[in-house]
Amino acid sequence: MFQIRLHGRGGQGVVTAAELLSIAAFIEGRHAQAFPSFGSERTGAPVVSYCRIDDREIRSREPIMEPDAVIVQDPTLFHALDVFSGLRSDGFALVNSTKSFAALGIEGVADQLPEGHIRGVGATELARLHVGRPVPNAALLGGFAAVTGQISIASVEQAISKKFAGKIAAGNIAAAQAAYQAAIGHAEEKVHA
Amino acid sequence: MLKQIEGSHAVAETVALCRPEVICAYPISPQTHIVEACGELVKSGQLENCEFLNVESEFAALSVGIGSSAAGARTYTATASQGLLFMAEAVYNAAGLGLPIVMTLANRAIGAPINIWNDHTDAMAMRDSGWIQLFAETNQEAADLHVQAFKIAERLSCPVMVCMDGFILTHAYERVDIPDQATVDAFLPPFEPRQVMDPAKPYSIGAMVGPEAFTEVRYLAHEKQLQALEVIPEVAGEFQTVFGREAGGLIHEYRLEDAETIVVTMGSVAGTVKDVVDTMREAGVAIGVVSICSFRPFPSAALRRVLSGAQRILVLEKGFAVGFGGIVATNVRMALQGVDTHVHTVIAGLGGRSITQPSLHGLFASAIAGELEDLHFLDLNREMVERELARQRESITSGPIAENLIRDIARGGDAARA
Amino acid sequence: MSQIDEFTPEQKVKFYQKGTFTVGNRLVDPENRGVQASMDRSNAITSGHRACQGCGEALGARYAIDAAMRAANGKLMAVNATGCLEVFTTPYPETSWQIPWLHSLFGNAPAVATGVAAAMRAKGREDTRVVAQGGDGSTVDIGFGCLSGMFERNDDVLYICYDNEAYMNTGVQRSGATPPTARTATTMPLGDSPGNVFGTGKNLPLIAMAHRIPYVATAAVSDLHDLERKVTKAMEYRGARYIHIYVPCPLGWGTKSADTIHISRLVTRCGLFPLFEAEGGRVTASVPIRQQVPVEEYLKPQRRFAHLFKGDEYGRQSIARLQAMADENIRQFNLLREHEETLP
Repeated sequence: MFQIRLHGRGGQGVVTAAELLSIAAFIEGRHAQAFPSFGSERTGAPVVSYCRIDDREIRSREPIMEPDAVIVQDPTLFHALDVFSGLRSDGFALVNSTKSFAALGIEGVADQLPEGHIRGVGATELARLHVGRPVPNAALLGGFAAVTGQISIASVEQAISKKFAGKIAAGNIAAAQAAYQAAIGHAEEKVHA
Repeated sequence: MLKQIEGSHAVAETVALCRPEVICAYPISPQTHIVEACGELVKSGQLENCEFLNVESEFAALSVGIGSSAAGARTYTATASQGLLFMAEAVYNAAGLGLPIVMTLANRAIGAPINIWNDHTDAMAMRDSGWIQLFAETNQEAADLHVQAFKIAERLSCPVMVCMDGFILTHAYERVDIPDQATVDAFLPPFEPRQVMDPAKPYSIGAMVGPEAFTEVRYLAHEKQLQALEVIPEVAGEFQTVFGREAGGLIHEYRLEDAETIVVTMGSVAGTVKDVVDTMREAGVAIGVVSICSFRPFPSAALRRVLSGAQRILVLEKGFAVGFGGIVATNVRMALQGVDTHVHTVIAGLGGRSITQPSLHGLFASAIAGELEDLHFLDLNREMVERELARQRESITSGPIAENLIRDIARGGDAARA
Repeated sequence: MSQIDEFTPEQKVKFYQKGTFTVGNRLVDPENRGVQASMDRSNAITSGHRACQGCGEALGARYAIDAAMRAANGKLMAVNATGCLEVFTTPYPETSWQIPWLHSLFGNAPAVATGVAAAMRAKGREDTRVVAQGGDGSTVDIGFGCLSGMFERNDDVLYICYDNEAYMNTGVQRSGATPPTARTATTMPLGDSPGNVFGTGKNLPLIAMAHRIPYVATAAVSDLHDLERKVTKAMEYRGARYIHIYVPCPLGWGTKSADTIHISRLVTRCGLFPLFEAEGGRVTASVPIRQQVPVEEYLKPQRRFAHLFKGDEYGRQSIARLQAMADENIRQFNLLREHEETLP
């Protein structure tokens, strides 16, 4: 089983991100469970969502306390809570920022993880560029696909098309694709690590 | 068709396939997505010959349901928590009138203090109303139970509530096989009411019944629930034949062979328990779990059959009788009258507190080690409670309990286990 | 009328109502004859019910429902709130209803009726009409939320309120429709403000109008033709309709059971209960007062107002205030109009 915990703020599509991940896994014929930590959601408040992916039926419903991957959609959360709590020593981290990990104050975490397991993605900028709105979730999923290999970028794009329509879908797919390419280092956009 | 879908939407789509004629519900977290989805299906024309009504309260919602069901329309509604209590009078009324209304109950705690998260207090509050209460373990089962519910309700002329854990199931995205219309039609015939309002054959329905006959009427309600003990497995069997998968029935058994310790529970937490059971079995512990699907009628005989061999029973429930102990546990003990076994009551998950595998593991281990009290509140923050009790002993004007505890947490007194 | 001497004593009665089976009705044009005059009337509430002697509600309901049945060509279903009408028409194990009838709870008759109407729509049987009934308690108080919701949605239900101005079935307790100064079991004639206090109470017809529903009307059992006409008219509309019928309760009001229609006539003649119709929130018609009487004449025969007649200042002031209320109604609904035909 692969467990992902997503952190962000209300309005950034954290819950949708988990759902998209689960749809992508479903498309690949796997079992997936996505759910938010249910708070009185309001724009700007910290939000957590979860996604489990497995090849067999997922029965457990507890929150993910030892994630295999953490996706952080909002770097201002680093001051607010320990988003990496429980992250496995061989786990992965995707962070929505192009700043250095030291500048973000998370070099400690970065140093503990294996090479290539933590990546910054300029997701908000990519979203503004491709979608016209600063919703970073799709781009981060593109980065996730590249960094973890848990799901393919094709599945991510298919999932986006299932959930969104028209220009929104196209824009998000482009953002995800761009983040994916950047993460596997094929694009011109430099990613600071 | 297999879909990766939110639980509420799976329920809405499946209910729509059951050809309801009147849907009327009032929004309340965490049921809102179900009602919204139903509304969309009707408004878009996807669900035909169905009236969708937005009403001004839950009391109105179920009352509309009573009228429409009495007039012969297949009727559906949904609610949770406070909403269920607000319609409580109508809940008893519907059962008393023998109307086969199907209702989704998105289980949620009841205030005060106000709490929007999952537990089973709401279902427990209406357990003696005469409604059949079925609990779903997964979103697949939640969807399937609704299909069965209409059949059970109409066969018995008795309302049915399908309970699914609020947020935990309603808001979870997972894979669900949504049946196709033809299969549902094959399984669920058109509604044939036992009594109906019809100008061609007028009845007066809802008369007062005095002491001369009230006992008999109530006894027949009791009989109806006993009949349900037969009908529920029958319908589950018919469902399996037509749809090709198991869902519903009275209880679900998991790894009970030679189990010395058996956990009894209801709803989605059963899944988490199964994972712990597997882990412990691997370590050689003889442990299993029974999840109750039909809480009302209470499956006494079935439970007695599967629990009698165990040394200890651990009833894990998301509700309790204040000042007394467990509710499900008390029902279990009654079913086990005369059987020599120890029954522990564990109250867990109140107001949405997560039930984690490590917690359960520790809990089961302590029970096996003989260290578990008869009544145990899982993951209770003892220090926080003691501090409040000390405040109360100090002065009569100690302040509102809930606010005091929230202040405690805010001060970082003890990390809240959430 | 020949051979009067051959009539039995029982037959030598004077008929003032034209809505009866007798003399007066035969002289009226067929289209003006009441429903009750017809041998084909449905008798939706048939004899054998247990209403008190002189019950205004039994009279009003019988007229209203038979009129609705005729308008609906016999396809009518009734929903009833808990209350006198429900109790006296269905004394277990009997029922005096000859139409489909459903009693659910005290506070939900409007919502239940909405459900029945929705079922008919879903089944494509909208030719079957729905009427909901309740007393003032269930309409004005406990069922108010459901009623307002039904109005707001414009559900296709005719709601009839039988207003006897208190919770009669449970022993005459005050409701939101109890008039000022009236004695009830919970507004006893004691202390500084004996009886129900001034400054309270809901005017349901005006509230119904504020919802801008297709049709609102008030009626009284002293004008039974007018009542039948209004019910018939209401049935021509689809959507939410409301009729508020004034029905004296001899037991609760302390009036003689033979005086029910007389009391009803007095309330309309003094102006305390205006008879009017409204469509879409605007008053469209009112029945003028032909022979105005002072409110005192209306209050005097009712023991529930007896404490106003002790000759004290409170009684004088109260009667004056009630007169002022009546005068305001007369002004608002233009009830004293000259030279106007009052017959349809």
